[in-house]
Amino acid sequence: MEMLNVKVNGIAVSVPKGATILEAARKAGVEIPTLCFMKEKNEIGACRICVVEATGARGLVTACVYPVTEGMEIQTNTPKVRAARKTTLELILSTHDQNCLSCVRSTNCELQKLCLEYGVDSKAYAGFKPTYELDYSVPHLVRDNNKCILCRRCVAACNEQYVSVIGANNRGIDTCIGHPFDMPLGDTSCISCGQCTVVCPTGALVEHDDTDKVWAALADPTKHVVVETAPAVRATLGECFGMPIGTNVEGKMVAALRRLGFDFVFDTNTAADFTIVEEATELLNRVKNGGKLPLITSCSPGWIKFCEYYYPEYIDHLSSCKSPQQMGGALIKTYWAEKMGYKPEDVFVVSIMPCTAKKFEIERDDECAAGAGNPDVDVVLTTRELSRMINRAGIQFTSLPDEDFDPALGVDTGAAVIFGATGGVMEAALRTANDVLTGKDNENLVFEEVRGTAGIKEATYTIAGLPVKVAVASGISNAKVIMDKIASGEADWTFVEIMACPGGCVNGGGQPIQPQYVRDTVDLKAERAKALYSQDEAMTLRKSHKNPIVAEVYKDFFGGDWGCHKAHEILHTSYVKRDKFHH
Amino acid sequence: MLKKVSTIPHQGTPEQAQRLAEVIAKYKHDKSNLMAVMQEAQAIYDYLPIEVQTEIARGMDVPLEKVYGVATFYAQFSLTPKGETHISVCLGTACYVKGSGDIYDRLQEELGIGGDECTPDRKFSLTACRCIGACGLAPVLTVNDEVYGRLTADDVPGIIAKYN
Repeated sequence: MEMLNVKVNGIAVSVPKGATILEAARKAGVEIPTLCFMKEKNEIGACRICVVEATGARGLVTACVYPVTEGMEIQTNTPKVRAARKTTLELILSTHDQNCLSCVRSTNCELQKLCLEYGVDSKAYAGFKPTYELDYSVPHLVRDNNKCILCRRCVAACNEQYVSVIGANNRGIDTCIGHPFDMPLGDTSCISCGQCTVVCPTGALVEHDDTDKVWAALADPTKHVVVETAPAVRATLGECFGMPIGTNVEGKMVAALRRLGFDFVFDTNTAADFTIVEEATELLNRVKNGGKLPLITSCSPGWIKFCEYYYPEYIDHLSSCKSPQQMGGALIKTYWAEKMGYKPEDVFVVSIMPCTAKKFEIERDDECAAGAGNPDVDVVLTTRELSRMINRAGIQFTSLPDEDFDPALGVDTGAAVIFGATGGVMEAALRTANDVLTGKDNENLVFEEVRGTAGIKEATYTIAGLPVKVAVASGISNAKVIMDKIASGEADWTFVEIMACPGGCVNGGGQPIQPQYVRDTVDLKAERAKALYSQDEAMTLRKSHKNPIVAEVYKDFFGGDWGCHKAHEILHTSYVKRDKFHH
Repeated sequence: MLKKVSTIPHQGTPEQAQRLAEVIAKYKHDKSNLMAVMQEAQAIYDYLPIEVQTEIARGMDVPLEKVYGVATFYAQFSLTPKGETHISVCLGTACYVKGSGDIYDRLQEELGIGGDECTPDRKFSLTACRCIGACGLAPVLTVNDEVYGRLTADDVPGIIAKYN
């Protein structure tokens, strides 16, 4: 590879030909601010905050897209550069509402951070300031274009997710990020994945905050308020409190939830073990009875909504299993409520999820095991919302002791823990399928080929003498590749796992915000997944069907084997065909 | 400029739909032909209502937002239908200093529509344009292909009456 030698602020560094000034600077350990830039995803040089001086260039150049040349000397911190960046920020502020005091992104806002660093005059340019109505049309997020800086990072995220329901409309001072014909987001084929909220540098796109509903339930003496937490939340919640990426905070999370006042703290992992035994049963039935194959997982509500909108004729490939969140809620309001002698309507279920689409999922039809009008889950909070509740309650998260889940629905297996990473559901299912088909307690637990952050993974395993071809995809663009192969008939997989978010739930739309330079330089998906795989490795129970709660519930409550009638009633759901162009 | 979106229900003919389908069939092999398709679609319909943009999105297999983003970025695309009689008022510098702004206001008042709009009966539509090169006749407007010059606001009702 041809290498070029350049100097960044006098620091010599050698970079491959084609590298940008930003890449050279990062290699030299010099930070150049960016706002619109997303490595490999949004390299458009639009915001001009990254301008630098470089020999051989006329005027200031945008470091994020400007390629270096041999011998180039780059200056990132001259009076001219600082003045240009300050002016750029002041111009951005001229159309920004500057309501930092009531913005959930305050202190975690890339614009605010730069404005402080550059000492801007926030009223420098008092020109025309457009005002926009907030878009509250969807259950999972709120768009406030009064805070939008037109960086187009959300547009890039939505493009990466294939659906592209967000784009830039109009031009000049009228340019705004929006949807076709300025319709509300709720009228588009948005799949609720929330990846746009994770990449927004400001508060223009934030999760719909449902914490007030939870505070109200916690203060209601007539309610038994129960919480369940998804596998991927324990791998990320610590980031909200300054802990290193990839810290597993399961014990502190449980302690914090108790201190918030939840009456019972359960683990969605337990429900995930039910998902595996039900899904494995469904798979074996389909294989035996010539049912629709490949069977595709249904844990990710963003993926489900995508399939319903974009591949409606293939919804019968989807497993009818509810997602672990919904199974958790369903078990709490049926099995557990009965065991406790509680009326289901007095039980209020909150789930803590790495996901924004889960907020949509609880409103779906056919997700009310305890009876019509009583949803399996009452409120979904994202990891970010939970961190806000913990802060408001004055809980010192990092100094909390480790506590255990309440045992009734809080015993889990390593198989369930890894649900939070792409390939985890597949591996969990394979562990169970391997035991069921061979009739043995197999020691082989690791299915290496389905691990890792690649967007598409394929493998063929021989189980009880039978070849089982599987595929795993994360990110909707990758899901589309899988679906196109199924549609064209060239796919010969038996079982497919699809997660809407790239890397799976650890990188979900409800996960902690990391500034873009962190997202560009740290593999969040891999680092967060490590926390889950190491927890799995340290556990004694690592197969879903070995979870004692699973055995107990089928015996005492469902009164049958996996896939029995009562389990089907409570743990399965149905899907609808949607028209992506229905307005 | 912020584009107005028509609230008048779209009325396309089967013949127009057929022509649009042919245009899409001709170009759909390459998504980068989107603008060409939109230009030909506008030639067929005079404007690009949501129904037509949706057909283009479906046919070209591109997101509807992408079509809409292009339609609202380029001045050449219109989101409002043209009336049988289309009036265009020059707001170029010469016409403007000679009072074409008043003429434009008066037209809006008489027709009961704003700029870049069409009357619900689709008889009249109104837009503003920049210099049409007839500054000697300022202020000017065009009605379909006819040019009217040296106007005052009081000439407006008479011009409208000729086409009503």
